This record gives sequence, C-alpha cells and structure tokens, in this order.
Amino acid sequence: MIDFGFTPLVASITDLDKANVNLAKQLTEQDPSFALCISCGSCSATCTAGQFTKFSFRVMCHQIRKGNAKEAIAEASKCMLCGKCTLACPRNVNTRNIISLVRKAQTTTP
Amino acid sequence: MTKTVAIIGGGVAGLETAKQLNSLGYSVKLFEKTNTLGGHVAKWDRLFPNKRHASEVVSSLTLSQGNTQTLTETTVHSIKRENQGFVISANSSNHEADAVVLATGFELFPAEKKEEYGYGLFENVITSADLEQMFKKHGKPVMASGHKPVRIAFIHCVGSRDEKVNRPYCSKVCCVTAVKQAIEVKEALPNSEVFCFYMDLRTFGPGYEDLYKEAQSKGVTFIRGRLSESSEIEGGRVLIKAEDTLASTPLKMSVDIVVLMVGMSPLRSTNKLATDLGLSINADGFIAATDLHTNPTGTATNGVFVAGACTGPNNITDTVNAAKATALDVHNYLSR
Repeated sequence: MIDFGFTPLVASITDLDKANVNLAKQLTEQDPSFALCISCGSCSATCTAGQFTKFSFRVMCHQIRKGNAKEAIAEASKCMLCGKCTLACPRNVNTRNIISLVRKAQTTTP
Repeated sequence: MTKTVAIIGGGVAGLETAKQLNSLGYSVKLFEKTNTLGGHVAKWDRLFPNKRHASEVVSSLTLSQGNTQTLTETTVHSIKRENQGFVISANSSNHEADAVVLATGFELFPAEKKEEYGYGLFENVITSADLEQMFKKHGKPVMASGHKPVRIAFIHCVGSRDEKVNRPYCSKVCCVTAVKQAIEVKEALPNSEVFCFYMDLRTFGPGYEDLYKEAQSKGVTFIRGRLSESSEIEGGRVLIKAEDTLASTPLKMSVDIVVLMVGMSPLRSTNKLATDLGLSINADGFIAATDLHTNPTGTATNGVFVAGACTGPNNITDTVNAAKATALDVHNYLSR
C-alpha cells in the first residue's frame, strides 16, 4: 500500500447525541453542587496547580459535562487539594470533594 | 377629612410616591434620615443609558413635590398600628398616618467584606460609587497619588451572585453601570486602557446593549472571568488575577485603578421596621412582595405598602413605575 502521508481526521466536534455523560450524572447525584458552576473561573484563577500546569477545575467539570470523562479523570490527578478554589467559589461548589469523587471514579467507572 | 400618608425614605421611590399621592389630594409626610433628598441617585454623576446628569432626575422629582411635608435628618425608629392608622416615631416626636409606604431603598454592598479584592487596604482599589464622586469632582478618575491612571479595570459582580458574602442574587444595574463608566473613562482619558472583568453581561434594558456596543467600539476590553484576588505593587498600582475563561488560562495584569462594581444590599434597619409591621423578608434579604407577579407593591399588613429597591435591586425607571403603582394601591386602600 502506498503511503500518501494522509491520515483520517478525527472529528473534534462535540456530539451531544453520542456523548457519554454518565460521570456528570453520577457526580451530580453524589454531590449536587457539581451542577451549580457558572464558569466564572475563580477556581482556576486561584489554583496553585494551574499556575504551572494546564490543570483547571472549571475546564475539568466542563469536560465531564461534555462526556470527555477520560481526559477529565486524568486531569484530576494534577490537583494538590489545597482548597483555595473552595474558598473562592461564589456558588459554593464543593470543589475538593468533586476532585476526590472524580479520582474515585477512575477506579469504579468502566 | 384629608387622609395622611407617611412615606419612609426620600430617594427616587419615596419622592415619586409622594408626588403621586400629593396630586391625588392626600397629605403626605416624607421621612428622610439624611439631610438630602434623592437617595443614592443624588450621589451619582451621570446615568445609564443616556449619560444624563443624575441631578436632573433628582431636581425633577424634588421640584414636583407640591405640598409634601419633607422631614430630612429624621430617622424613623418604629411604626406602630394604632386604632385604624399608624403612629410613626421619628427622632423624638410622634406622627400619625392613615397609611405607610416603605421606600427605604438599599445600601451599597460594603466592598471591604470582599477582603481579597483589597478595598480599604489598597488606595487605588475603589468602588463604582467612589468613581462617580471622582467624575463629579474632577470629571475623570484620578489615582490616590494624584497621577493620571493609564490602565483601569472594572470588576463586575462585587457583592452580587456571590454566596461567599451571602449575596446570591444579581443586582441588575452594575453591568450596565460598568459599561457606562468604562465609556466615560475612555472619553475623559482617551489614551487609557480599560478592562471589564465579567461573568455574564446582563444588559437587559432599553439602550443598554447599545451602550455595550459603544464600549466595544471605543476600545474597552471585555474579559470573561471573575477576579480571584488583587495585591498592591510598586507605585500603589494593583496586580489582579482572574481566569480568562474563554481561553481557559489563568490571567494576571497590573492596573492603576481597580473599580469594584458594588451591588445592592438590603438595609438591616428597614428590615427591622418591616418585620415589626408583620412583613416578611425574602431569601435575598429584601422585603417580600405579597405576590411577585400580581401584587408586587402590597404587603401582608393592611395599610402598609412598599416601593422601590427595598424590595430588591432596581433601576430608576422600574423604581418610578413601582412608586406610581404603590401610590395607586394606597389610594385604593384609603378610598375603600
């Protein structure tokens, strides 16, 4: 087979018809404050880990809601659990608890 | 016999209610705790959406008072039901009235409660109300040192939509006020750089969206992210941090002046008067309406009415409308 140097493109569109949002549902049941984020960015702005890595609690939650659980679970390991985001959140989202629930999901969600 | 109505509060709501009840032939007593009429509006320089001078609105309201008996520097301590009417004790004397209107307004959110923003700690962190005073005095913002600011940041939602300071509600008018003030800064100091840090821009009223567009075309930069903290750096300048949520990256910048868009908070003293009269307070801390949709100006207590921002954040137009509705309710009650 001749290698033309092309590969098929993976669609980058978010397809909510096919998205698996089970983790989002599970988290909302376990900690209802998961649903209350208004994406203001206070958590990420104040994040100790986020100053040096790409980690963002807000983006992680957003990924989970879009069905990208795998990426989100990998992200959760970057958090240092310092809790500054919990102090900053204007909607009282229990950020640290959600991080630990996502970490647990790593081992329980297929 | 002419019936008497006592109106508590000499701001926009109180003045408009007084004006209407006056023209309906009632004897009106207006109680105002400070020495000036016009409430918060009297302290403002110009108004959204048309940048009209606030003093025009205040003088139009105060000049059309007719026979209203205005009692300034008079604090109402208690209102008691007696016979068919009410006894209002204010300063050291008692006044009788057949109906009472609470038009006590709001207080600005005390910005120092949001400690991480540095109000009261850093000299170039000011509030939207402080900026109006600067516009009144100098026609432009000035740094505490007297220097001309080059970079100014407006921080939306200070004391609004924030459960950490027990103010979970939107104060409605701060977004458009920030947009208005950003334009005014650009007009006064054309070489300045102006930034608005917002979460959602709620420009709901007539002409507000046009104002937003005007700000964009005048070069105001809008950054979608809530301020997390500020700190003072050399020269009294301020370093602020937020997340640029549209780019998903943390963001920091140094500015000469930070303007905190303070929201509207319920007045504790009003709520005491209200609860003593049997009125209830809603979840946000303001006086609760009997029916949010069909009776926003009535209360559970016969003869007691409410008008304006003591029922929740409001702009001038909606406050004037509420006051007119209240006056009609009072009239219907007294002529029943």
